[in-house]
Amino acid sequence: MRFIPWLLVAALASVPLWMTDYYYLHVLIVTGIFIIAAMSLNLLLGYTGQLSLGHVAFFGIGAYTSALISLGFKVHIAPDTVVGLSPKPVWFAMLCAVFVTGIVGYGIGKLSFRVRGAYFVIVSLSFVSVVQLIALNWVELTQGAMALNSIPPLTLGFGEYTISFLRKPQFFYLMLSAAVLSYIIIARLVNSRAGRAMIALRENESLATSLGIDVTRYLVLATVVSAAIAGLAGALYTHYIRIVDPNIFLFIYTVTMIIMVVTGGKGTLAGPIVGGVVFGVVPEVLRAMKIAPEMQWIVYGVLMIAIVYFLPQGIVPAVRRAFASHRSVFAGSSTLIEKAEEQ
Amino acid sequence: MTSQDDIVLSIEHVAVRFGGLLAIADMTFSVREGEIVGLIGPNGAGKTTAFNVFTGFLRATSGTVRYRSTILNGLKPHEISRLGLVRTFQRTSVFQDNTVFGNVMIGLHTRGRSSLWDTLLGTRRERESEQELMNAAQEILQFVGLEHRATTLAANLAYGEQRLLGLALALAAKPSMLLLDEPVSGMNAAETARFVTLVEKIRDAGTTILLVEHDMQMVMKVSDRVVVLNYGRIIAEGPPAQIQNDPEVIRAYLGQRKKRA
Repeated sequence: MRFIPWLLVAALASVPLWMTDYYYLHVLIVTGIFIIAAMSLNLLLGYTGQLSLGHVAFFGIGAYTSALISLGFKVHIAPDTVVGLSPKPVWFAMLCAVFVTGIVGYGIGKLSFRVRGAYFVIVSLSFVSVVQLIALNWVELTQGAMALNSIPPLTLGFGEYTISFLRKPQFFYLMLSAAVLSYIIIARLVNSRAGRAMIALRENESLATSLGIDVTRYLVLATVVSAAIAGLAGALYTHYIRIVDPNIFLFIYTVTMIIMVVTGGKGTLAGPIVGGVVFGVVPEVLRAMKIAPEMQWIVYGVLMIAIVYFLPQGIVPAVRRAFASHRSVFAGSSTLIEKAEEQ
Repeated sequence: MTSQDDIVLSIEHVAVRFGGLLAIADMTFSVREGEIVGLIGPNGAGKTTAFNVFTGFLRATSGTVRYRSTILNGLKPHEISRLGLVRTFQRTSVFQDNTVFGNVMIGLHTRGRSSLWDTLLGTRRERESEQELMNAAQEILQFVGLEHRATTLAANLAYGEQRLLGLALALAAKPSMLLLDEPVSGMNAAETARFVTLVEKIRDAGTTILLVEHDMQMVMKVSDRVVVLNYGRIIAEGPPAQIQNDPEVIRAYLGQRKKRA
């Protein structure tokens, strides 16, 4: 069972070798980037149980930070004071993006300790609006609605041995490595003492604190890691699309991430990936079926409602349960008898 | 009275006020090392409020709570728990969506030795620490007699078993003193009897115990000393036999006969 994830990675790694249609490769890359963001959201929503409607803020801040540091900028912070930065290498810009979003996550995490539940939802929503307004109106820094253009792609190495992640097959591997790295970080975290503390906080906060668990610490930890990974996804996105405008903060992106997490199964490691694949690929399948665009959206919506209605826990937990009962019917009817006796 | 030295928990003139309501008027008592003390009183007497104050879930309006040499006023619940003063809750309080084993693993949190970096890098210390915790979880489950339920979801346990799991969680946090809030409520006689043996075993292993309970038979059987609370005041204190015949206590529980004019 342990090697199945690696088989999956190997299968995915082979995709650029046989998929010659760059359009489909593009769809997979964008879906992959959103799956990384959804995985980060799952750490917060699925494991600590905090609903953030502002998750796209981390994604957007990562995108803008990486774009600005790789392009360089000059801003007046007072009439005579100019702060500027010359263009830096893209790998450095991306690391900065991860770092900056991590710090922003720290602030939000500290805040979320004071405001919980519905209040946190409102604060997170307002946070996105504020960041979006800054992106739109601080024209000197962000070019506002005119967008930051010609963002350089990532290049690694020296001289002859330079790889540029400009073309789609190369970028696919970059996305895949980032996704695998994010998955490993999240998986190790949630299967550890820290992850158990997060789950304890989600399920019964008073009980968790009475057991000596510092819930603030683990809530902040989850937010920092979640924000940094979302920032990484944003940075990948910006150097792939190579243009970033304030529309990156649109509410629909947060909703997309939440849909991926919830339909796939929040609080499971595979959930955001399954949900991401379903809702990244379904629109393309519908488009390929050549039905009217309006119908495509209706089918998309109906499918989403159907999943939430029939599988309220999400796809992954439902499949797991189906497998478990399947196994007990064929392999050991004794377990069923035991269960019957218990009841 | 013995010397001051072996006093573990001391409550000095603690009062709790919610707006105009006086939940605890003026509470002073102490618990000595290795004792089992029962805190009893009619409904609404302030027993659970007292527990919440001792464990940092509520702030005392005035007075001090001292555990060993530390003043607990102003400390957060997790800080108090780490000092070794660990409580259970009145309602069944377990992590419903986790297995019994998973619950105890959560409870063992503060015993883990691995840092965040150990976790992220998957170091040897991380694996060793996890192994230690798993062994400890196994031991605790054996102690409370839930080892055969290890893989059951906590939500699917019978009521009495959930109470046992609540106790297992508290034990996992390595208490030097346990506060049990109505531990046997809802248990049948056999379960209660088993619970009493467990409590005595825990005390014999060196843990001091303060318990709130409505099951008088259980309290009188297990306690070395009983403290009676009524309307936020301590009305009696002493060994079970003495408390059972205290006129003030009987009046608090049964009411006073109407005096003739």
